Amino acid sequence: MSATTARTIPSVREALRSKKISARELAGEFYARIEKRNPELNAFLALCPERAYAQGDRVDAMIARGEDLPPLAGVPIAVKDVISTRGVPTTCGSRILECYRPAYDATAVLRLEAAGAVILGKTNCDEFAMGSSNENSAYGPVRNPVAPDRVPGGSSGGSAAAVAAGLAVAALGTDTGGSIRQPASLVGVPGMMPTYGRVSRYGLIAFASSLDRIGPFATTVADAATVLGVMAGRDPNDSTSAPIPVPDYAAEIDKPVAGMRIGIAKEYFAEGSDPEVRRHVEAAIERLKSLGCQPVELRMPHTDYAIATYYLVATAEASANLARFDGVRYGLRVDSLDLRDMYKKTRGAGFGAEVKRRIMLGTYALSAGYYDAYYLKAQRVRALIARDFIEAFAKVDCIVTPTSPVPAFRLGERTADPLQMYLADIYTVTGSLAGVPGISVPCGRTSAGLPVGLQIFGPHFGEEKILRLANAFERANEA
Amino acid sequence: MKITREDVVRVAELAHLELSEAEVGLFRGQLDSILEYVEKLNQLDTANVEPMAGGRPAGVADDPSSALRDDVPWPVAPIDHPEALRAAPDAAPPTAAGGPGFFRVPKVIDR
Repeated sequence: MSATTARTIPSVREALRSKKISARELAGEFYARIEKRNPELNAFLALCPERAYAQGDRVDAMIARGEDLPPLAGVPIAVKDVISTRGVPTTCGSRILECYRPAYDATAVLRLEAAGAVILGKTNCDEFAMGSSNENSAYGPVRNPVAPDRVPGGSSGGSAAAVAAGLAVAALGTDTGGSIRQPASLVGVPGMMPTYGRVSRYGLIAFASSLDRIGPFATTVADAATVLGVMAGRDPNDSTSAPIPVPDYAAEIDKPVAGMRIGIAKEYFAEGSDPEVRRHVEAAIERLKSLGCQPVELRMPHTDYAIATYYLVATAEASANLARFDGVRYGLRVDSLDLRDMYKKTRGAGFGAEVKRRIMLGTYALSAGYYDAYYLKAQRVRALIARDFIEAFAKVDCIVTPTSPVPAFRLGERTADPLQMYLADIYTVTGSLAGVPGISVPCGRTSAGLPVGLQIFGPHFGEEKILRLANAFERANEA
Repeated sequence: MKITREDVVRVAELAHLELSEAEVGLFRGQLDSILEYVEKLNQLDTANVEPMAGGRPAGVADDPSSALRDDVPWPVAPIDHPEALRAAPDAAPPTAAGGPGFFRVPKVIDR
């Protein structure tokens, strides 16, 4: 067969079961495609063909023995470079980890492989997941496959671009303030941030520990649901992962959506959004109404404070987490005869501008005399933002908003002013701060052909609701 | 500007970051405008609001008994010692005589 048709999990499954192609051959076809497209897109930083082919051979042996296949058997998946892979380079898009190969695998990666997935390699991202355009990678920006003069969004830009360009069936990203949902929106694929604690963070190199989450990109909502289901659930290696049973998402998503109450908060439709984005999101809401969903008007009065809150909380946590990069245990070292000087020179040379800026802001916000005024104040406002969500979910099943106020922008267009770049996350950071799950699902294209994403938030541990709504919307949109 | 050059130098020292003169100037202006922006949080009265502490608000799956794993050793060490040392920029490897190996750093004790 021509493997170019195997872009979804069910199509991979069918191709393998009917022996049209082996898992090893399928991995080879994806590598050939990566070799062709990656020089332009820069979506992958490292490939791990030995590991991928060995896994393909295990799947092929299962097929030969006629065994039942696990849910991701032979499915080629890319992994964002902030997620640890044993023996495979894991740079976080940073010079400071240029030669780093972890000594262990992240739980999410282990669970994917246990379910038969074939890990193709590691994807480019903003350095330590700090950015909204993928222009902060030490290894060069990623280009948007839909419009190569534009950014794919960030920070999981490589994973988003890989899936959108057909270089992987699914990919793992991480989302701290919007880093899965925003790039998903900008390249035009579904991308999901699960509830805080739904997927183990063990092996995820930490940026902001109370915000970081691992989640999937895929070409369909159903595939995103399958990948999430494999990764989800309590892990004793992450004390913040919740011991809450994982529903069978794949079975839940086909349930009817008629009668679902969808919240629309006017704070997400304020001025500043691109008019075409707004028009597509409003049309998407009409489409949901035609499926029988009941719109409910909401007020979420603390929305406007989310960016300020986020950039204090996230940078404070980052300044503590990134203290570990000191030239001792891994990564770069710039030699000096003095230990403290070695730390400073190593970190000065190893970190890029955005990472330094955030470490500085976070250190300032935590420093003596400022802790109460900045960090503690932000954590109090965060509680108010979370309360907005809890009160909303007493009235509605899901909340729908634009994912990003603008479609994909041009490379270099927003790099001069960090604050302007931070505002790209204006609609996504709220859910990050509250800990709720969110998905971005494509809802049309602008007149220039640029994808627009619809964001759907659900209550804590209510992933099945947003997957169900997103799946129904996706199908209605295709029809 | 609220942020002085000395503030930037002091924070960089706390953060163990060596900054160039150009970076000190750049970050001074940028931190100043970001801190001015976050001032908007002071519009809100939060005197009676408990700060959030963690990734989920209080009351959502916060059973403390679930936070810890059982206190039993792993059957196999999760991280292989020599493999971990291999990631270091400067390490003494394990010896044939059974020495475990260690990370090397510049001398910190004068005598």
